[in-house]
Amino acid sequence: MAKIEEYIPIVGQSVIDDLRLIAEKLKGKVIQHINSTSVGGGVAEILNRMVPLLRELEVDTRWDLIKGGEQFFEVTKKFHNALHGRPEEITQRDFDIFMEASQRNIEEVNIYGDIVFIHDPQPITLIKKKSNNKWIWRCHIDVSNPNERVFRFLMNFIIQYDAAVFSTPAFSRKLPIRQFLISPSIDPLSDKNKDLADDVINGVLQKYNITKKNKPIVTQISRFDRLKDPQGVIEVYKQVKKYTNCQLILAGGSAMDDPEGAKVLEEVRENAKQDKDIHILKLAQNDIEVNALQRASTVIIQKSLKEGFGLTVAEALWKAKPVVASNVGGIPLQIKHKYSGLLCHSIQGAAFALKQLLNSPAYAKKLGENGREHIRNNFLITRHIQDYLLLFLSLYHKEDVVYL
Amino acid sequence: MPELRKAKEPFRFFTRLHVSELTGLRASTLSQLLALIKEVSGSSIYHHTHRFLQQHQYLSPEPPNDFAYWVTGILGEDELGERLASIDTIQFSNIRSLREKIIETIEDYLRNSPLAKLKFAKEGEEFHFVKSVSFILPTNFMAYDLREFVDILKKITIDSIYFHVFEARLRLERGTNDFSYWIETSIGDKELADEITKLDPYTHTLEDLRNTLVRITENKIT
Repeated sequence: MAKIEEYIPIVGQSVIDDLRLIAEKLKGKVIQHINSTSVGGGVAEILNRMVPLLRELEVDTRWDLIKGGEQFFEVTKKFHNALHGRPEEITQRDFDIFMEASQRNIEEVNIYGDIVFIHDPQPITLIKKKSNNKWIWRCHIDVSNPNERVFRFLMNFIIQYDAAVFSTPAFSRKLPIRQFLISPSIDPLSDKNKDLADDVINGVLQKYNITKKNKPIVTQISRFDRLKDPQGVIEVYKQVKKYTNCQLILAGGSAMDDPEGAKVLEEVRENAKQDKDIHILKLAQNDIEVNALQRASTVIIQKSLKEGFGLTVAEALWKAKPVVASNVGGIPLQIKHKYSGLLCHSIQGAAFALKQLLNSPAYAKKLGENGREHIRNNFLITRHIQDYLLLFLSLYHKEDVVYL
Repeated sequence: MPELRKAKEPFRFFTRLHVSELTGLRASTLSQLLALIKEVSGSSIYHHTHRFLQQHQYLSPEPPNDFAYWVTGILGEDELGERLASIDTIQFSNIRSLREKIIETIEDYLRNSPLAKLKFAKEGEEFHFVKSVSFILPTNFMAYDLREFVDILKKITIDSIYFHVFEARLRLERGTNDFSYWIETSIGDKELADEITKLDPYTHTLEDLRNTLVRITENKIT
């Protein structure tokens, strides 16, 4: 795993010096992260990288998990969908299952942090264990238009925290506690984002029987989840295919807390089975393969209906790839339309944008290059670490200008 | 090479790091935007008039403040957007007077174009008020003469340059930028101090600004 010094060639010595300066101010504090899974999904991915780096900066950071079980995760997946605004039938039984599992966690999870950092709704009830320490609730979900019943239920817990953190301003609302805006990030040195040799990229294509030969590759990397609209991507591809002979890769793994994935994958396979240029790849947890597929692609698409943030966009832009993506969640923060990518609102719009990029390689290249610089300045893990360190310090300072 | 004057007091470089705090306040119409601009804290006005400088430093030197960007891009009021974008921020010595200018600009426009009040942003495109929480801390860099000053300028973070040029002058109401103040009072070079004061930093990207500061200082010492 990369050491903090290895980021200097990417972001500059002084950025790392600043991180050390702020980290020093947190000496003696223990930061305890808690979420529901250590593998799969964006939260686990970020914590896997960030926890060791914070420790290297001598910020005592630890990471604990809650326990769930199948029923609990089915309910939290329903909550997740409902918070994203998808119609879901939530019953009293669902709330009961949630509270029963939560009660077990309240009894079993050891809370020792000076700052307890709770990620997403699954462990939200742990706030009942609040004592003199500081508690942060980190919302990684697009809650711009949530199911109000679920949100009201969660609100009972949220208001007991010291602060909440959202990824974009659109997810915030008037709350009686402080709220911070912190975008997630990618790690440029992780297996998913580091530079790869051509033979590694070609090896991955070979493994999945994909040949590049004069046929541009369009790729969406995402879990098989309806909110990522894989069927919509196939429709976009079909509209473009009439004019440009291209191929489509839909590739993704699965998260332990997402029991719906297998069903969606089956539906997508069924829809794609007539076309040999559509490659549906169920990836094991293998970041090098994701990296290789992104780098082998001509254009990356991210046609989500909702997004917590949409870090696959940042990953693609960091590789200087042209991107077509929906104007949802945190995606418009990553793409300035026509400058660092193309935003769309519909299947037709995505198809039109994709045709433009496939037919104008010089324009596509420029968008990708601009995108890479935008990611370098705003969405790398070093900026994210800085934001978290400042967030922790903010809990001890109420003023808007703080002299340290 | 002329002998360098030693400073009476060394220049200590500080850095300013910020985290964005959400207010939960949002506007869908110009009238709501105006009402909230009057109400929010100075830290929020500061955030929306300076955010672009740090987040889009590579993009363009133009300072498209968030109000101008939203009014143009979402409400389609190009003329008001242009008026807001061209507010000469460098002329204002504190956030209060900058806020008053923004309010006056919107009110003037609404008096002459009352139909603009009828336009509204659709769901998801509202203006969200955010504020900057700044942390100011000393770095390990200190300059005792202009040579050391310029060498540090070349390698310090843009956050530090940002702090001494923008934040110190407007938000902390020091009247001028910290570099000019030190060069005039501690080095005694009023000419160089004036030259830096005369720069309009809002029309540079931060990297451009760094290069310009380095160039004009080096001209004096070589």
